[in-house]
Amino acid sequence: MSATALPGTLLDMAIIEVSGLHKAYGEKKAVDGVSFAVEEGEVFGILGPNGAGKTTTVECVEGLRRPDGGSVRVAGYDPLTDRGAVTRLLGAQLQESELQPKITVREALELYAACYPDPADWRALAERLGLTDKLRTRFAKLSGGQKQRLFIALALIGNPRVVVLDELTTGLDPRARRETWQLIEEVRDSGVTVLLVTHFMEEAQRLCHRIALIDKGRVTALDTPAGLIGRTASGTAISFRPSAPLDTRELAALPSVSSVTEKDGRILVDGTDETVNAVLSLLAGRGVTAYELRVTEATLDDAYLDLTGTES
Amino acid sequence: MTTTTTRTHPSVGQGSTTAVKGSAIAVLKAEARLFLREPSALFWILAFPTVLLCILGSIPSFREASADLNGLRVVDLYVPVAVLLGVITAGIQAMPPVLTGYRERGVLRRMSTTPVRPGSLIGAQIVLHGAAVVLSAALALAVGRIVFGVALPRQFPGYLVALVLASLAALALGGTVSAVSRTTKITQTVGSVVFFPMMFTAGVYLPVSTMPDALQRVVDLTPLGAAAQALDAATAGDWPSWTHLGVTALWAVLLMAAARRWFKWE
Repeated sequence: MSATALPGTLLDMAIIEVSGLHKAYGEKKAVDGVSFAVEEGEVFGILGPNGAGKTTTVECVEGLRRPDGGSVRVAGYDPLTDRGAVTRLLGAQLQESELQPKITVREALELYAACYPDPADWRALAERLGLTDKLRTRFAKLSGGQKQRLFIALALIGNPRVVVLDELTTGLDPRARRETWQLIEEVRDSGVTVLLVTHFMEEAQRLCHRIALIDKGRVTALDTPAGLIGRTASGTAISFRPSAPLDTRELAALPSVSSVTEKDGRILVDGTDETVNAVLSLLAGRGVTAYELRVTEATLDDAYLDLTGTES
Repeated sequence: MTTTTTRTHPSVGQGSTTAVKGSAIAVLKAEARLFLREPSALFWILAFPTVLLCILGSIPSFREASADLNGLRVVDLYVPVAVLLGVITAGIQAMPPVLTGYRERGVLRRMSTTPVRPGSLIGAQIVLHGAAVVLSAALALAVGRIVFGVALPRQFPGYLVALVLASLAALALGGTVSAVSRTTKITQTVGSVVFFPMMFTAGVYLPVSTMPDALQRVVDLTPLGAAAQALDAATAGDWPSWTHLGVTALWAVLLMAAARRWFKWE
């Protein structure tokens, strides 16, 4: 795992460098000054709500969009002007893209292998992605999970140094999603740098070395998953339904409590590990029983919600 | 300052603009397989014009020489019609929805993340539809000759030149239809709207030679009207007039430029 570091300090080792990226669609600023750098061999996550500018950002990295401002470099090359170089070392899985409906898996693999000067062995790739018994199946007849596996295969077929995966597991059932995560871990273990766009916390937490949180076209945080969780206001949350009315001001006065809220007869106390003991002893002293007591540690979800603002 | 570090890499530089070796052939092969999986497109381009010719040719009165047609038979006029029907169907009905579909589904985008340009898919489609037109024309001429005794074009090289120009114009028009239509549905609608005037000017409904003079002069300026005249001249044994060939070629060039100008890759 790489240590927490600011983007600027990584430039020498960075395989992807994005700095001051701007892109607007008409009046709407989709990307408004995004900067980050991805080290070689890293799994770098881009996390954020829908419409935050995640896809636009990676499309600029892939050379599919022309930025209005800022610069993008992949292994030192400009994705637009050095298109030949960038397409050879970067494999992409796009969010909304399909293949010719009647092309078979085998034909697609052969076709895309022919697009690269030094392609991977498509048979081995099909084997690795569990597509061997689907080689004669047409694209339109594949299930969602099979299509995604084929897209991973196509992203890897040029023996890339970087793969960009944009919402790879959206629309997959939990089993297929977990299988896909395992595949991404294998890709990472083979030394390929992964730029992963997602809006699943669990996915980001499990796979990414570092995460850039993007909201409204800006990077609001860039850290390791643990680092992001550490930034949340609430470390520990305690919630329960008191057996008798309880003065929430008393709870708020307890040491290390950051907030107390009451909703539908249920009390939620945010604080730290120490808060748990303090709340329980206060309840014991008042002779109040805590029904449905729940103690939860902050997760990446909390960090995400803290860092992406409250507007939906 | 916009200075960027220039790195040298063996595989980059001049070589980066040239396609990966053999990729154009691979794309053409893959697209050819897919083309053969479209039975309806194959039927309408390859078989239908000749089927129509056979149906009309089976009407006895159509096989009798008519004084109104300068001693020709109706079936003689329908061989060139069948040829043009194949040209127009391939260019305007069959190809545009494929191109728009590739854009709509992101097939072109997917290809553009590889070292191969998405234009190679478009190029393959043009080549395949062009090849289908030639086959369709050959079939109509052969059946016309063998079954109904319709004379083959007497000025064969001239006929071939006119046919190639007509195909280019129709395919370029189809490319323009796809360029200006955002979705496959719109493409089909625009294609149908363009289809009927093209059929009319090509003389499919009414032979151009039987149209009033004023109308003929207008038709002579349309891509398929001019092409039809050129084909007729070559059939009769004359080298097609340079005006007709020129008009068709000019349309082909203009429409290709328009398609290139307006075509969106996503």
